[in-house]
Amino acid sequence: MTTVEERLLPSAEPVRLIDQDGVPHDHPSYRLPTKEALLDGYAQLIKGRRINDQASALVRQGRLAVYPSSHGQEACQVAATMVMREGDWLFPTYRDTVSIVSRGVDPIETLTLLRGDWHSGYDPYARKVAPQSTPLATQLTHAVGVAHAARLKGEDTVVMALCGDGATSEGDFHEALNFAAVFHAPVVFFIQNNEYAISVPLARQTVAPSLAHKGIGYGVPGERADGNDLAGLLAVLGQAVDKARAGEGPQLVEAHTYRVQAHTNADDATRYRNDDEVTPWLERDPIKRLETYLMQEGLLDDSVRQRADAAAEEVAAELRDGLMPDPSVDPADLFAHLYSEQTQQLKEQAAFLRDELAREEA
Amino acid sequence: MTHVKITMAQALNQALRDAMKADDTVLMFGEDVGALGGVFRITDGLTAEFGEDRCFDTPLAESGIVGMAVGLAMNGMRPVVEMQFDAFGYPAFEQIVSHVAKMRNRTRGRVALPMVIRMPYAGGIGGVEHHCDSSESYYAHTPGLTVVAPATVADAYTLLRKAIEFPDPVVFMEPKKLYWAKEEVDLTEDQPGIGTAVVRREGADATLIAYGPSVPVALEAAEVAAAEGRQLTVVDLRSIVPFDDETVCAAVRRTGRAVVVAEASGFASVSSEIVARVTERCFHSLAAPIRRVTGFDIPYPPPKLEKYQLPGVDRILDAVDDLQWEDS
Repeated sequence: MTTVEERLLPSAEPVRLIDQDGVPHDHPSYRLPTKEALLDGYAQLIKGRRINDQASALVRQGRLAVYPSSHGQEACQVAATMVMREGDWLFPTYRDTVSIVSRGVDPIETLTLLRGDWHSGYDPYARKVAPQSTPLATQLTHAVGVAHAARLKGEDTVVMALCGDGATSEGDFHEALNFAAVFHAPVVFFIQNNEYAISVPLARQTVAPSLAHKGIGYGVPGERADGNDLAGLLAVLGQAVDKARAGEGPQLVEAHTYRVQAHTNADDATRYRNDDEVTPWLERDPIKRLETYLMQEGLLDDSVRQRADAAAEEVAAELRDGLMPDPSVDPADLFAHLYSEQTQQLKEQAAFLRDELAREEA
Repeated sequence: MTHVKITMAQALNQALRDAMKADDTVLMFGEDVGALGGVFRITDGLTAEFGEDRCFDTPLAESGIVGMAVGLAMNGMRPVVEMQFDAFGYPAFEQIVSHVAKMRNRTRGRVALPMVIRMPYAGGIGGVEHHCDSSESYYAHTPGLTVVAPATVADAYTLLRKAIEFPDPVVFMEPKKLYWAKEEVDLTEDQPGIGTAVVRREGADATLIAYGPSVPVALEAAEVAAAEGRQLTVVDLRSIVPFDDETVCAAVRRTGRAVVVAEASGFASVSSEIVARVTERCFHSLAAPIRRVTGFDIPYPPPKLEKYQLPGVDRILDAVDDLQWEDS
């Protein structure tokens, strides 16, 4: 017999199936993913890291306005989408470029927001990926609505809703968890706790034992995993998705990870943290530990590694080629999409700008 | 032709019922809208008729209500939400301004949000603090929103039906003090759509421009003015966004004088916008500066003091008297 509390509270320690030295560990509730899943995940991690670092380089070259990197958090990025099925919805934030691309969205369209040629570049319906959210938690209630609609239609869609540790202080985080619980909506709330909200450390967000503990207040089961262990994340998120799909209601998962780089290129992390805090986290890198494990198991040979590197290089080249030319923007777009039918006032303002530009050209 | 004598509350209820009958994807939800039928009974009987999945109560959290409506609209539903009272809608302000209003634009038209936010609004019902705000200017100021305010029973029905069928989000401002106003109406009769203002009364001397709860007051003032020998046109905006410049400006050009009537505080408001845009367009037709009769720039007063805040017939007539008649 388990009590309600036991069912809702997370494990005593974050679930970790492969430790930072690449050593596998048994867990009473979770099993190591298949070697196929881990090899696929490995290739995706390599690609995710390459996307992050290429995009950061493109900021330095002035090709992107800004890039909030998930460098070091790639296991979370990749695991979130690996456990999803075709037809499931992803609700990402601004730091989830790698997740979005992993979901099959065109990388250049994904970076539209950060390139600055529009607020969102991809068709959300094509891959069931909502526009990236920058106000931290507002997307979580949208995720509940999408999940509830799916339930009303009798579809077995699961919605993967991403947010960070800072977002758990926002009211919408709490409203979303509560609404999802009350309406039994199939949402997996996945918090990537990277310890920082720009400069503010987790200790200033909450004194809760963990962010996964926040589920109990809403009757939502919480679980936590080592956010740099792809194996543990796949097991925990996979189970959460299965439960949500099976009609067990929303699930809350917290990944313990770390933002090893600054918030964005515009941020100076040396103003609020020391390098000796960062260094141990570099040792916990998600790629390194999986690589060590796969090599020890004899699963990773040069050909696998070369294939992964080549695929990563391909997407990096795609980013460079796609982002090097200046984006084409059309000022008429500014007025074109507010309403299904353009208002008279917007027609007049569009004409005003058109005339102004024509005069400048003449 | 079936004429029935009903209240605005009943007309709104009928509009919801007919919309839900016509389209299975129409959902109605909010606070106390289920078994109770809404604190103003606008959703009376809908849960009984359509079931818990179609008309339901939510947790008491307005941002969650509107945010969930966004997701439902993204995924094939036509949600209608009730904010219960104007000022109770403020927790949802971020969702309305940053998401409801922007989703279509952000996604270059790929994600439309056919949803209605029903907002019982404005004063005149003796409501205590936070129950009587005229919040329409906040929404009208936000590009991407459509803002509608019916003033008649027939319009309450028609405009709500059209708002629910509208492809984009509508903030539907329901004048609380008119909920119990009765009219004999034919609900099957088609009325002009969203974006069209209507001339409620013709008069050659001056134009009163009003919307929502101020329309009956303007009509009453026009009646009194007529008895005193001055003929006033009354324009009922019906929709604040889109704004019907054509109808409003045509009336002002015909009469050469105008007064805008609105309950909301006047500073940086819908009423100030109307004065600005009509002046920009009709300056040479104007015999006098456009006057406004609005609420003072104060928080909505407590019930015992609200009569000082609301635009009344006398204040409107005084403003009309002030339109420099001596010069003509």
